[in-house]
Amino acid sequence: MLQEKLQEVFNEPGCSTNQAKSEKERKKGCSKALKPGAAAGGCAYDGAMIALQPIADAAHLVHGPIACLGNSWDNRGTKSSGAQLYRTGFTTDMSELDIIHGGEKKLYKAIKEVIQQYDPPAVFVYQTCVPAMIGDDVEAVCKFAAKKLGKPVIPVMAPGFVGSKNLGNKLAGETLLDHVIGTVEPEHTTPTDICIVGEYNLAGELWLVKPLLEEIGIRLLSCISGDGRYNEVAMAHRARLTMVVCSQALVNVGRKMQERWGIPYFEGSFYGVSDMSDTLRTMTRMLVERGADTAIIDRAESVIAREESRVWRRLEPYKPRFEGKRVLLFTGGVKSWSMVSALEGAGLTIVGTSTKKSTTEDKDRIKKMKGEEFHQWDDLKPKDIYKMLRESEADILMSGGRSQFIALKAKVPWLDLNQERHTAFAGYDGIVNLCEEIDKTLSNPIWRQVRLPAPWDTKSGEV
Amino acid sequence: MGTIQRFPHSAKAAATNPLKMSQPLGAALAFLGVDRSMPLFHGSQGCTAFGLVLLVRHFREAIPLQTTAMDQVSTILGGYDNLEQALRTIHERNAPALIGVATTGVTETKGEDMGGQYNLFRQRNPGLADLKLVFANTPDFSGGFEDGFGKAVTGIIEEVVQPSTTTVKGQVNVLAGCQLTPGDIEELRDLIEGFGLSPIFLPDLSLSMSGRQPTDFTATSLGGVTVERIAAMGASEATLVVGEHMRIAGAALELKTDVRSIFFDRLTGLEASDRLIRTLSDLSGRPVPARVRRQRESLVDAMLDGHFFFSRKRIAVALEPDLLFAVTSFLGEMGAEVIAAVSPTQTAVLEKLKAATVMVGDHSDVETLARDADLIVSNSHGRQGAARIGVPLHRMGLPMFDRLGAGLKINVGYRGTRELLCEIGNLFLSREMDHDEHHADQRDGQSHGCGGGSCGCSAG
Repeated sequence: MLQEKLQEVFNEPGCSTNQAKSEKERKKGCSKALKPGAAAGGCAYDGAMIALQPIADAAHLVHGPIACLGNSWDNRGTKSSGAQLYRTGFTTDMSELDIIHGGEKKLYKAIKEVIQQYDPPAVFVYQTCVPAMIGDDVEAVCKFAAKKLGKPVIPVMAPGFVGSKNLGNKLAGETLLDHVIGTVEPEHTTPTDICIVGEYNLAGELWLVKPLLEEIGIRLLSCISGDGRYNEVAMAHRARLTMVVCSQALVNVGRKMQERWGIPYFEGSFYGVSDMSDTLRTMTRMLVERGADTAIIDRAESVIAREESRVWRRLEPYKPRFEGKRVLLFTGGVKSWSMVSALEGAGLTIVGTSTKKSTTEDKDRIKKMKGEEFHQWDDLKPKDIYKMLRESEADILMSGGRSQFIALKAKVPWLDLNQERHTAFAGYDGIVNLCEEIDKTLSNPIWRQVRLPAPWDTKSGEV
Repeated sequence: MGTIQRFPHSAKAAATNPLKMSQPLGAALAFLGVDRSMPLFHGSQGCTAFGLVLLVRHFREAIPLQTTAMDQVSTILGGYDNLEQALRTIHERNAPALIGVATTGVTETKGEDMGGQYNLFRQRNPGLADLKLVFANTPDFSGGFEDGFGKAVTGIIEEVVQPSTTTVKGQVNVLAGCQLTPGDIEELRDLIEGFGLSPIFLPDLSLSMSGRQPTDFTATSLGGVTVERIAAMGASEATLVVGEHMRIAGAALELKTDVRSIFFDRLTGLEASDRLIRTLSDLSGRPVPARVRRQRESLVDAMLDGHFFFSRKRIAVALEPDLLFAVTSFLGEMGAEVIAAVSPTQTAVLEKLKAATVMVGDHSDVETLARDADLIVSNSHGRQGAARIGVPLHRMGLPMFDRLGAGLKINVGYRGTRELLCEIGNLFLSREMDHDEHHADQRDGQSHGCGGGSCGCSAG
């Protein structure tokens, strides 16, 4: 069954990358084969957890040995405005005996304990490698528990060894489609109800966007899954429009919601000034096409005009400070590229980027924006990045946490662009936050000091 | 003191806010204390990614850690090919001196024969004979962090240490359990060298995890005890074995080399430190240096100044077993009452704990047991529960991701004990210096326990 699901996900017609492949290639799946001894990144279970855990009032129970949760809980900065249960880590902590006798009974007992003690609106149960190997039927246990205990108990079938984090995202999306979306009806609906898919409210980013939507008159019916509530996610099928953020990871959710409930979707981004404005325009236009009052278009335009002039005014002071500063940009796909034009607008120079995770389409887009001479590296080893920074070919590295110490050990400023960061970069205010962060680290007085030679490495009198 | 309650295991099916971390992670940390090494998890890539993030957040350092990237097919058909490919790839790319392989839940459930795979790999790769390979069986579903750490150290001894017919005068081995931070190890080095002795620490995290500044990029561990030094451990005069979970490694070393071992269950506290110093003095035949004598005086003074604030304080402690033992013993010696000692796993050292309740449990158990406590001592994962019940948290152990310098704290020897005493004492003191607290206490008709004005208040 899991195999069928995997094939279905690999075959996603809403994903342009997938559709560009031959049928044979498609069957092999999205993720490149992992090379033992040279692989990095999380597993499918990790990805599923990332996508679902922001549903803050639900309990998230991991069925597996201690490593899957014990080593990983409480390590992401997704924020909730109310319920905090998602921050509690639950696991069956399978022992040797559970592996010999099977873990199903323990799992049922665990579900029961969680429901009795915390009374959540739903329990998500995550399958992991070991119970998958010994044949624990997690789906059956969940079904039984749901019936017996009278609460939704949702099996998330994404054991780590089926693939990458990205695949886990997709499988989490399938889980919501199979078990959650469409199971609750909202008390009332409005013609401007929307659903946002793939926004996790890291560092509270959603909260930089939501007030603008409210001002325009758009109601966020459900967000999958940032600052999410189980019942709100379950009523996503009554939205008038779906926005899919973070491009291809959860496009299956958008497409299937269109298929099942006729809800149109679009792919958009909250990162960068022009992308943010485009998103608001597309959103209001598509809502109006579905019968919303045309006034929201005018309101959107006035919000855009006000926010854009405000953001450029606020970026002005950074221009002289950023003059001649060179940025090395190392992140996955398009997401960060939406920010590039805004950064350049603030006076920074982007000198190169990694395109390891980018699609051919992304690469062409970058080429178009930056010209042929612009550096694009497909597979730059940490050693090479270190060397470039050490030889001061850039003034700052912007990347995910993985390369943090490459920059810091080369004594070069570094800025976190990925999920571990503590500052929100989405929306118009987010871009200002981003520039403030860059300016703070670039202008910090430590850089000169830490590069000084030690007293025993200099001749006397030189210091 | 009430009667001592002991629950060997919690009856819950759902561990909530786990205190336990997995065995392979402990093994990885031990391997990181060897110079130019690379730990490798034999399992799916998520196993590695989670462990990596946890260690990075704690130490704020790049952590070398690789994976055999098992997928569904290799999990079922057997993982030897993945293992061999991983070892060869790591050798080609990073040329480490030692690769430490730790199995995971995936490969152990399958039942991979690691001994057989070791032999097969050696047979098929005669060109890599110089590469030290340590295989540790560390299933996620049994034991915990400390056990994995111990197994890795035992594995390193078995693979690398050579028996010796000669003895190097003044050379001593230290098997440093995972309750010792890199800072602790540095402190021990100072103490041991102060007696003119030359220590070899296994593992030596002080050389690899204390913020090194490399001159070039390395993908393997940077610093740590070298393979050559480990091989030379057989020529030492004695081995100091620190921590209950180092006993098996200590026995393996003694069996292989005939170097006598001296066991320390802890190095925190006045008497525990006295024992260490006496041992070092005996081993070296030298008098105790003046500096160490002053440190002892200073600790005694801190105990006199600080005991007011510790007396009858109700404290809950939740840490890895050997650290749990060291901390609860010290707190007891300061006059505090350990109302709960929670361990992530069942081990022999729990028998020695002095606490009203000793249990194997998780952070939610701490939350329940510590409701009327004055303090919780645990890792950073304890912060949510401590905040919910309004009890201050003193952070120790691993992970400690919300404090700078987590790896550099010193809690051993006279100086380290004094540091710990002052840190915890200050938490109590700051509460008691607070005027609101005074009023609240006086309303209840109780004194606030400063011992009659020693904190500068007018209570009497």
